Amino acid sequence: MRELRIETRRGLKSRVLEAGQGPALVFFHGAGGLFREEPLLERLARSFHVFAPEWPGYGADGGEEKLEDMLDFALHGWDVVDALGLDAEVRLAGHSMGGMIAAEMACIANRSLAKLALIAPAGLWLDAHPIPDLFSMLPFELVGALFADPKNGEKFLTGGIDFGNPEALQQFLVTNARRLGTAGKILFPIPNRRLAKRLYRLVAPTLVVWGSADKLIPLPYAERWRQLVPHARLSIVDGGSHMVPYEQTEPVAVEIERFLSTA
Amino acid sequence: MPWPHLPEDFRQTHRSVWVDISSKLYDPAEGNRVYHEYMDQLEYADSLGFDGIGVNEHHQNAYGLMPSPNIIAAGLARRTSRAAICVIGNSIALYNPPIRVAEEFAMLDVISGGRLVAGFPVGTPMDTNFCYGQIPALTRDKYYEAHELIMKAWREPEPFAFDGKYNQLRYVNCWPRPIQKPHPPIYIPGGGSIETWDFCVENDYNYSYLSYAGYKAGKALLDGYWERVAASGKDESPYRAAFAQVVCVADTDAEAEKLYAEHVLYFYNRCLHVYLGFADPPGYRTIKTIQSGKLNQFRAENQRLFTSLTWKELVDGGYVIAGSPATVRERMEHMIKSLRLGSLFLLFQIGNMPDDKVRNSTRLFAERVMPQLRDVWPEWKNDDRFWCKPLESRVRPEGTFAARSGR
Repeated sequence: MRELRIETRRGLKSRVLEAGQGPALVFFHGAGGLFREEPLLERLARSFHVFAPEWPGYGADGGEEKLEDMLDFALHGWDVVDALGLDAEVRLAGHSMGGMIAAEMACIANRSLAKLALIAPAGLWLDAHPIPDLFSMLPFELVGALFADPKNGEKFLTGGIDFGNPEALQQFLVTNARRLGTAGKILFPIPNRRLAKRLYRLVAPTLVVWGSADKLIPLPYAERWRQLVPHARLSIVDGGSHMVPYEQTEPVAVEIERFLSTA
Repeated sequence: MPWPHLPEDFRQTHRSVWVDISSKLYDPAEGNRVYHEYMDQLEYADSLGFDGIGVNEHHQNAYGLMPSPNIIAAGLARRTSRAAICVIGNSIALYNPPIRVAEEFAMLDVISGGRLVAGFPVGTPMDTNFCYGQIPALTRDKYYEAHELIMKAWREPEPFAFDGKYNQLRYVNCWPRPIQKPHPPIYIPGGGSIETWDFCVENDYNYSYLSYAGYKAGKALLDGYWERVAASGKDESPYRAAFAQVVCVADTDAEAEKLYAEHVLYFYNRCLHVYLGFADPPGYRTIKTIQSGKLNQFRAENQRLFTSLTWKELVDGGYVIAGSPATVRERMEHMIKSLRLGSLFLLFQIGNMPDDKVRNSTRLFAERVMPQLRDVWPEWKNDDRFWCKPLESRVRPEGTFAARSGR
């Protein structure tokens, strides 16, 4: 994928992955950030002009101290769309934390988007189905909660770092602290910033994709999203984990492609 | 103030002494006895001539049973009239609004007749983030705002409006006011965040290093602190620094091991058994601190070490200062000089140590160690900036009840 560099009106800089041609699709990554391989984005680039901005705190540009609460996050999302020069009929997509941000953006400015695709979005809380505490998990626990195939997941999350190398470990700790530290502003200690009371405003056609075996945000949340969003369609990927876009790319891509392509 | 009845197999059967420890392990009726025993021990220390008696704040744990140190401090203020009441401290980012701390500390200062030493910790991640839900990356920012509000509330004689990011108060008006002017001495307990050092130096607050890794490991950190002090151009009064240390005194070195080893090991093996996921959430420590390489004391390396140490390793490694009065005196003098310490927080009660042993160790220290440590810093003996200044004419509450009741 190509790399773009943008600067928002507020002066926050970031890297944006870009690929493909066709209608514009802006994708917001989850709390783990953009990975070295982004199979879903590459797959969607067959049909769309895909933009995947990196969130402040996730890249080398800094600026995360300017984002303190949910409103800051959502407005930054729209600032990015503006900086990319996209028109009002933009399609938004997001995974996990990115889905939470995209949904919040859609509630705030509900006339500014054409369609919204959410993959296992965070942002709701059900007392009967508490979401495991991501922020207290040790690496091996995290991998188990996120991936159907933990072995592969481990390689994926660490990017193949040698933890025996103190410098590499130090760098990993710093990166991890900045990324999840930033995510914690909208996800800690409970990933609920009262989005539920605003979802009535999400009038754009919305697709909600969920892995049936998601251990982080389990399936009852998918049903809750369908209830709360006025025009939501739910699509369940059989056996899919929370990292379903990475582990079962094809069925997720087919659903999103079909949804975004139809009028 | 640990819970003294954690089972032998606690580490195998429970993942953490903190945050999500089963409350079935706590017995309130036994708690009644335990609280009074610990408070009696602090009053005993006052009677032996210690300069201060100290309490601190922790939540949801069997390591320290004081979610509200101010309650314990209030009890101590009524039953003592000499020693400083050191509340080290209130985790000010957790109080909503933090003016509550300004008020309660003022109450303690007034009730105790100006004996309060006021601590403002950021708090451990276990307490601050996991028990009390503060967002790790914003905790420090919220802490600084709380500090600004409290200090202004003590300083300003008239009501004022406070438009903070985390606290908006139209009328801030602290009643009662502290006796000590401009405010009680401020102690900042830290675990090695370098931002905390500069904060202490700038404000002339005491930096208190609280760790169980002992004075040998503490030296590297305090050297870093003293470098910041020197770089700031401020004086190098040893009273700028305090250190917490586990101390066990017996008649002989062998007797110390015989009397205290099992209780110290109870503490290191069980009371410090913190689930690693609770020790360092992303965002709690600043990037600068992580880059400095000062790993949190609860992190993996120490965790494994703490829970497997033997008595000999604890003593040789300086985690614990234990032995005869002569041994303890010699080690403490070395510690005080090499770390440049003006104040020491000494832990005599530790783990499940029974009352008679705690008193034995405390008394031996007061009688046979403390007197020789009084004059280590003769050139700074008039530096009273970092200690409380009680009223001469204060009420001595131990006497008032008996007098008014005609007893």
